Amino acid sequence: MSFLGVAFDGIAYGSLLFLISVGLSITLGLMNFVNLAHGAFAMFGGYCSVWLTQAWGLPFLATLPCVCLAGAGVGALAERLLYRRLYRASHLDQVLFSIGLTFMAVAAATYFWGPTQQRVELPELLRGQVRVLGLELGAYRAFLIALVLLISGGLTALIELTRFGAQLRAAVDNAAVSAGLGIPVQRVFCLAFALGSALAALGGALAVELLGLEPGFAFEYLVYFLLVVSVGGAGSVRGTALAAIALGLCDVAGKYYVPEIGSFIIYALMIVLLTAFPAGLLGRRA
Amino acid sequence: MRSWPRGARELSIWLLPVLGFVAFPDYLVLGSQIWIAGLFALSLDLCLGYAGIISLGHASFFGVGAYTAGLLAVHGWHEPLSALCAASLAAALVGLVTSFLVVDRQGLTRLMVTLGIGFSLYEAANRASSVTGGTDGLSSLELSPLLGVFRFELSGKTAYGYAAVVAVLSFLLVRRVASSPFGLVLLGLRENDARMPALGVPVRRRLIAAYTLAAALAGVAGALSAQTTGFVGLESLGFERSASVLIMLVLGGAGRLYGGFLGSAVFLCLRQLLSERSPAFWQFWLGALVVALAFASRGGLLGGLDALRLALRARGAARAGGPA
Repeated sequence: MSFLGVAFDGIAYGSLLFLISVGLSITLGLMNFVNLAHGAFAMFGGYCSVWLTQAWGLPFLATLPCVCLAGAGVGALAERLLYRRLYRASHLDQVLFSIGLTFMAVAAATYFWGPTQQRVELPELLRGQVRVLGLELGAYRAFLIALVLLISGGLTALIELTRFGAQLRAAVDNAAVSAGLGIPVQRVFCLAFALGSALAALGGALAVELLGLEPGFAFEYLVYFLLVVSVGGAGSVRGTALAAIALGLCDVAGKYYVPEIGSFIIYALMIVLLTAFPAGLLGRRA
Repeated sequence: MRSWPRGARELSIWLLPVLGFVAFPDYLVLGSQIWIAGLFALSLDLCLGYAGIISLGHASFFGVGAYTAGLLAVHGWHEPLSALCAASLAAALVGLVTSFLVVDRQGLTRLMVTLGIGFSLYEAANRASSVTGGTDGLSSLELSPLLGVFRFELSGKTAYGYAAVVAVLSFLLVRRVASSPFGLVLLGLRENDARMPALGVPVRRRLIAAYTLAAALAGVAGALSAQTTGFVGLESLGFERSASVLIMLVLGGAGRLYGGFLGSAVFLCLRQLLSERSPAFWQFWLGALVVALAFASRGGLLGGLDALRLALRARGAARAGGPA
């Protein structure tokens, strides 16, 4: 594989990480909630997609909007029923709660689908290679990058240009003052959480082809999502994107060029970066 | 006059392992697991319940201890007690080195650093398979008889006694430390970390000391686990172990020292009972238990019930009173 090929794969992987992690970044930055169950939301999206293709015979691409809606619904429900009660709790309680929730999700996934790897059937269009500027690129990865670029554009527009975005930014900066100015902070929290869950679920569905899907997914990749968020700086969408792409590149390049040390490079890098930038690369709080 | 009840209490600490031995002779393996897990939770209690450091990578030290004991046994050092000390020292060393990364950070960053340390050690052990055996681990470790007398046999009697005695001795040590001025400083830090520096406490050094001591104890637990089971695997360093020890400690009650032992007993007995049906069944109910714990610790479960009762009553009153 050429250097450009490795870079391309790294960017595709990074885009996927960004898509899943951005919701976690909002949860952490906005509500200061350590949500270790975020991987479970992504896993939910993956299983949703698999179930829709297998039991209902929907084509893979048609499942994606359904997965988004389901993710948003489950996210909003979880926020209203569970998360909201723990916003003011200690980090320890939040950690325990979200670990517990993840255990339940993993057990449920094992119960319904068994411990084996799941697969999705990709449409003909997304299989094989495409030629771009003389480079042979994986069609699915190209699709992934394009989709994530599109979604990031939409997300940026949503946050920068709309009324909801302004409320969200205000609430991130100072929830108490925003509430005093009449911003319905609770509703903004709930919508942001639902949005983040929808994106995580979509990312989970898109990840089935790239990362595989089995009940361990929720824990296995959680550390990557947390890493992206903490290195990028919680609450910063740009920071999350930067960290996700950097992590994707490092991970793919590391596994390709120095396979004998594998993921070690990522974890070591994370410790170094967090020591140098305690609030993340583009963190708001110093 | 007051020395007698105290003496009885001290005696009961030693009677507990004997009781376990006599009452459940068929479950000695589970029993030694409980003592080891309890000791591990005790070490986390020093970190979390006293110094107030939440660690998501505490298994690092358990694993370092386990691998040290395992490697010594594989390379021809069969004496168990000296290997236990070596394992404890190795874990303390790793704890001391990593403590500098942990104590200077706060909140989420600190949490992520402990997680990162745990994952990097796991990955390092996974990759260095020529030394650690990789995913196969180190198996059939040989030990010479304990104190030159007690052989480690299949029934697990020696293993149980060994684990229980070491755990109780460690408990007594930690209790002594916790009631010393050093222990009080740690409690003060947990309660108010802005006030302790004002009292002239060298906060950073105290936290480093507590973290290192916790690591050393976790190393002892890991070494005990390796020696009593004759096996060390990658899961001794895994995230699941870090998560489960946290759960055991909180289940029993953090900041009380004996909470970890109670928690590990309940946790492991429940696991034994529930995973007979299926591992997923156990995992589900474990998750539910932990979620309930998180809510209960702020008056959640009972508070939730109260709120529900109040809401129902208010609704009933509204229905009875108002014309709708």
